[in-house]
Amino acid sequence: MTTLKDPLLDIENLNVCFGGDRRPVVQDVSLSLSRGEILALVGESGSGKSVTVKSVMRLIDHQGGHITAGRILLHDRGPAEPADLARFGERQMRRVRGSRIAMIFQDPMTSLNPVMTIGHQLTEAIREHRPDVGTPPKARAIEMLERVRLTDPMRRFDQYPHELSGGMRQRVMIAMALICEPDILIADEPTTALDVTVQAEILQLIRSLQEQTGMGVLFITHDMGVVAEVADRVAVMLSGRVVEQGPVARIFDAPEHAYTRKLLDAAPKFRTAGKLPDRLAAERERAEAPVLWVRHLSTRFPVRSGLLRRHRANLHAVSDVSFDLHAGETLAVIGESGCGKSTLAKSLLRLVPAQEGQAYLAKQDLLGLEGDALRAARDNIQMVFQDPYAALDPRMSVRQILREPLRIRGLHRTDAAGDARLGALIARVGLPSDSLDRYPHQFSGGQRQRICIARALTMQPKVLIADEPVSALDVAIQAQILALLADLKREQRLALIFISHDMAVVERVADRILVMYRGMIVEEGPAEKVLAAPAHPYTRRLLEAVPVSHPGQRFIRDMSGPVTRAPIFPIGAQMQLPRWEMVSPGHRYCVEGGSA
Amino acid sequence: MYLSKRILGAIPVLIVVAAVVFTLMQFAPGDAVNMLVSDEASEADKAAIREAWGLDRPPLVQFLSFLGNAVTGDFGTSFKYKVPVMELVMEKLPATIELALASTLVAVVIGIPLGVLAGARPGSVWDSMASAFSFAGISMPNFWLGILLILLFAGQWHLLPSGGRTPWGLDLPRITGFHLVDSVLQGRWDAFLSTLRYLALPSIVMGTNMMGIIAQMTRASVQEALHEDYVVTARAKGLSGQRVLWRHAFRNALIGVVTIIGLEFGALLSGAMIVETVFAWPGIGSLLIQGIAARDFPLIIGLVLVYTGLFILVNLLIDLLYTLIDPRIRVS
Repeated sequence: MTTLKDPLLDIENLNVCFGGDRRPVVQDVSLSLSRGEILALVGESGSGKSVTVKSVMRLIDHQGGHITAGRILLHDRGPAEPADLARFGERQMRRVRGSRIAMIFQDPMTSLNPVMTIGHQLTEAIREHRPDVGTPPKARAIEMLERVRLTDPMRRFDQYPHELSGGMRQRVMIAMALICEPDILIADEPTTALDVTVQAEILQLIRSLQEQTGMGVLFITHDMGVVAEVADRVAVMLSGRVVEQGPVARIFDAPEHAYTRKLLDAAPKFRTAGKLPDRLAAERERAEAPVLWVRHLSTRFPVRSGLLRRHRANLHAVSDVSFDLHAGETLAVIGESGCGKSTLAKSLLRLVPAQEGQAYLAKQDLLGLEGDALRAARDNIQMVFQDPYAALDPRMSVRQILREPLRIRGLHRTDAAGDARLGALIARVGLPSDSLDRYPHQFSGGQRQRICIARALTMQPKVLIADEPVSALDVAIQAQILALLADLKREQRLALIFISHDMAVVERVADRILVMYRGMIVEEGPAEKVLAAPAHPYTRRLLEAVPVSHPGQRFIRDMSGPVTRAPIFPIGAQMQLPRWEMVSPGHRYCVEGGSA
Repeated sequence: MYLSKRILGAIPVLIVVAAVVFTLMQFAPGDAVNMLVSDEASEADKAAIREAWGLDRPPLVQFLSFLGNAVTGDFGTSFKYKVPVMELVMEKLPATIELALASTLVAVVIGIPLGVLAGARPGSVWDSMASAFSFAGISMPNFWLGILLILLFAGQWHLLPSGGRTPWGLDLPRITGFHLVDSVLQGRWDAFLSTLRYLALPSIVMGTNMMGIIAQMTRASVQEALHEDYVVTARAKGLSGQRVLWRHAFRNALIGVVTIIGLEFGALLSGAMIVETVFAWPGIGSLLIQGIAARDFPLIIGLVLVYTGLFILVNLLIDLLYTLIDPRIRVS
């Protein structure tokens, strides 16, 4: 944290409008950023944070926006008068962009040009702004790749973005932004699209680079945990206005504005919040036979290579997974992306074929069913997907969406009784009664997820698989959807498989936890035991990466952990049987096994 | 390896196409013998000719013997011209390929810049003008445009020849059959220029439709690419609008445009039949029209197969081109 005030950027009473609309999207915003400082700009989606920083870069000019009032003062070193970026023309702005102010974006998957090499994209800014410096651009680019701690920078230079993982691409983005040594780095939700372990690494990287270079960082996020991790000061935005700003500790300890308090309350706080439902009920249920019984389930995908696309190896997406699931129980499956969580869900739904193992749902052999019997069995196991925007057909009304599962099974009725049933379903998930004849685009994200849940419940399943059901939603909405799932579970004795990478959410909902790593279960046990005393090194790393919930709890993480490799093994590789170590009753972890 | 696989994969396509054409011809009204033999010939003479041409055999036998011969490279002898079909095709094919390539060039050279201009400034005057021009290109029937241009450039202004491929008396020994190539190889610049003059009108007429479609596709692709995140990244680096447009957006937009060029090449070839007839261009398009008129079955099948082969070849080239444009697509 810095105390010396060496001003870099002063935004004064900024107003921004879009198109012909006279109503400002950003209204009377004033912010200041000093050298060596990280200022976090916080707010829900649509609060105007992105527009504010894009106005600083004048990128809104290309998206139909314009600054209608206010000044954006960029200070030079020394006593020179600051320049007002709001008055700059496009040509002048181009000398600022990438050179004095650089920006990184939310989605490293789409923010790099897919048809240009990493090296070409990296050196572009140098060639543009510093064509006459001594070091050749390539040497400078490779030096930057080393500084963002990308392995094997010489090789990366000639690779294309699709050959890199999300975390690696975000490192490239950071290298690209910092290559001309800007005074200000604007980071627009740079870790939102990343895994929690990768997020921790990127946050640490940004913080250490900021300390080395003394640049000012304007950090946009909706995640109060991320704020607690990185920010020196915080500005809170609501409907286009800054409602509160101050040092990070003060914001967390004594928030003044009601909205700030709401944000802090809604944020799921790992290791501090209590659990939602009663666990005793789940204990009672465990005495009964499990509703879903899975043993030694393995799903492999062929890996093809060479000119003939010969099948040379297998990706062991799910290997040797066994578990029981009881009615009224929430089983959380956690792990980083690519660990096999979603493939496990799809294998159970028979959306992808499993190669080995058994799965019995309500005493029915799930993996052996075909045709009508399979369709009938699917009544009992349903799924809710991550993105409620993509999961609903935009051309179907809610009534059609909810009726479709019934129609497929030939059970739908168009009479009053059928309508009453759909009406009850709508009411149960907390949607307004006039929802049936509306279309998905008329609903908010949270409401759409309610529609998805209602759709999954139409056939009154025994098991509901929720694959990251709240990660696309704002925090305040997340809490409501989690509460709905908890209610449904209790009332209908639903068994929930809850797939998530968000530990704070898992802590709130899970009765038991399965930790997956490279397709295998490496640890399992009652939620509170696994979270309190993780036994497997991977579980520990996963939990340690979770952002702290208060700036006072910051700590330096050991980022030397191994990079996770995809579980690809030669055909017919004999997997070593896992050896389990018991920690406490029901809580065990894998001490060896898995590798071929 | 990949290439040989793709070429082998074309064989079943060619057999199916041959079968379809053969079947259609069985149902076509009219009869080659009646069309080609003088009215005075007796029934016995006609039967003798039928036997000589193999038309008296059952259709299936005819088809199988055609396939058997085709494998050895023998596509039969044209009823009308009394020469092997392959010989005719080889003589006329370069003219059509030369015309088709020139038309594609016209379409690409006009269509792509027009589309980029429109796509970079949607809603502007440029956009409206480019859209109007490309729509006119798409909707204009090529026989009509051909006659119009002949009337203006040849009839009214005497600027360009009205038809044919070479002026009378131009003696250009055949090396490849492609006049532009042959004249360069022999250093005959007079022949080169006159070939260009003869190519101008037919290639403009034949390329107009493709030009319109390419312009529309380019416009849409560029517009879409300009909304991608990586374009924002490029702008945030301080690149100029032109660099962002050409280096970042355009290369990505090109993928869709190249696809359209491959698909439209088929339409171009069918357009060749009309354009070649209008301009008296001695290619396989006008040959096919004559063959159909005469019910010259061996010629028709041979030419349709050549057409199919050309289309397959062009799309193979397009697929190879993808791998150059987009590193994510690997030959597989």
